[in-house]
Amino acid sequence: MIELQQLTKRYGDRLAVDDLTFTIPTGLVTGFLGPNGAGKSTTMRMILGLDRPTSGRVLVNAIRYDQLVAPLTHVGALLEAKAAQSGRSAYNHLLWLARSNRIPDRRVGEVLDAVGLQDVARKRIGGFSLGMGQRLGIAAALLGDPEVLLFDEPVNGLDPEGIVWIRTLMKSLAAEGRTVFVSSHLMSEMALTADHLIVIGHGRLLADLPMGEFIDRNSRSHVRMVTEQPEALMDALDGEAVAYRRGADGAFEAVGVEPGRIAKLASRHGLVLTELSLQRASLEEAFMEMTADAVEYHAGPATGAAVKAPAVAAHEQRKQG
Amino acid sequence: MTTATIAPPVRPGLLSRCAPVISAEWTKLRTLRGPRAMLIAGFVAVVGGGALLTFFINRNFNSLPGDAPFEPVRSSFGGLVLGQLAMVMLGVTMIGGEYASGMIRATLAAVPERGLLLAAKSLVLTAVTLAAGLVTAFSTFFVGQAMLGKHGVGIGDPNVLRAVLGGAFYLTLIALFSLGVTTILRRQTLALGILMPFFFLISGILQAIPGVTKATQFLPDQAGQKFLQIHHQSKDAFGPWTGALITMAWVALALLGAWVTLRRRDASAAS
Repeated sequence: MIELQQLTKRYGDRLAVDDLTFTIPTGLVTGFLGPNGAGKSTTMRMILGLDRPTSGRVLVNAIRYDQLVAPLTHVGALLEAKAAQSGRSAYNHLLWLARSNRIPDRRVGEVLDAVGLQDVARKRIGGFSLGMGQRLGIAAALLGDPEVLLFDEPVNGLDPEGIVWIRTLMKSLAAEGRTVFVSSHLMSEMALTADHLIVIGHGRLLADLPMGEFIDRNSRSHVRMVTEQPEALMDALDGEAVAYRRGADGAFEAVGVEPGRIAKLASRHGLVLTELSLQRASLEEAFMEMTADAVEYHAGPATGAAVKAPAVAAHEQRKQG
Repeated sequence: MTTATIAPPVRPGLLSRCAPVISAEWTKLRTLRGPRAMLIAGFVAVVGGGALLTFFINRNFNSLPGDAPFEPVRSSFGGLVLGQLAMVMLGVTMIGGEYASGMIRATLAAVPERGLLLAAKSLVLTAVTLAAGLVTAFSTFFVGQAMLGKHGVGIGDPNVLRAVLGGAFYLTLIALFSLGVTTILRRQTLALGILMPFFFLISGILQAIPGVTKATQFLPDQAGQKFLQIHHQSKDAFGPWTGALITMAWVALALLGAWVTLRRRDASAAS
């Protein structure tokens, strides 16, 4: 089990991670979500003892990572960058890792088989594609047969086949009872893999809840109505105390009602609705709305459109990069 | 938290914590082509340079300038200035290659005890460079003395064995110094950019400036090279043993700085 306690990291005057407290639940895939630059990678590096917290601490199985005996047998990690020297073969890269933690040499062959790199085991890492590099990183994470696995943006730059492979792998690792902690800036990716969700924005904890609850709470739906008798519709909605607002195209939007109720209401008042539909916000929109709020929190009062911009910009930037 | 009451596991003793890290560092070193190539290049440069210099000294022995006592061992190490660069590169890449590639993160995640990591790297580097240094030093000595003919000395002559062994230790100390400096800088290119010109050019240029010669004798390379002399030269501020101690002090300082840096700074993939 991994516990973060008031974890804070400051670079100069920038707070990269701001008072994070949460526990990564055991035996589940936990998605670690936040826009680019939210502090996900910094948090992961602090879990692994690579970066020192400015304050607070992280405990792995109730002790600090650097106190673990043979840490690779407790926690395996796939970090963002291709963390291997290009001149070495895949086999030898895993071999030194195994030796450093007294892991038997035969595990190297086993994990190479598990990730499908057995045929290129003796090839230099420098010639590997991005997907092969990710597979090697995952082989390194699995080497010590650890109960906790950390994956930092594992699907970044992968082809669709590789993405499906990683998704399946993470689910099967959790099914074996392991704890999987995976970061992403894509809500849609998390919706497919994660059982639990931790959302951060600007280094602060925004949400820590089961995936299903996040979906229920955040994919707010509304009913969309279009009519040629707007005044009559407004009277009817006011009369039945249904809250609504006008969309940019003149359509009515009501939150917290069923389309069926609107249909009956229109029928009673003799109204003709040219459109009546249930609009469901995507999880991606819910996530962006949530992280945009974090921006608003820091930026002080501003208009809705203005505060939404940074999160969108960060998202766009990521897609281009 | 209920889990906070669990006592940390008893850690194994230092020796048994050290063994796997040394094994890992040795595996890293022998599975790259670079280090082997550097050791061979160092051997060729030292022995080749020494053979060339001693050949010409022997041919022109009577017309050599100056009245200082002739240094037959020092002369057979005429390729040392060039050959030591291979040791600099080996020391730099020992950790610099990990910073450049980002592999330092994998290393520090596998070995979070950073002092132990530095100790293991130093030990492996010492073993490898000392073995190569001994082969190189004795080779260049015997080749050089053969070239010098009647002007050469035997390994049994006074101070000669000490000087030849000194040549091997010198190469090891230069490699360790480079490892320390690179760990402090955490950047391979920067470390090479500073150390290579320093050992190849700047130290020599400083030495040639009349006023500062006294001071430059204390630089790590010049102090250590005193160990290759078998006679006391009039310009020397100190003898071979003091010279060796000065170079060892430089190495200790670099490794101490490396230890502090490694313990205090975040693992970084700075290039």
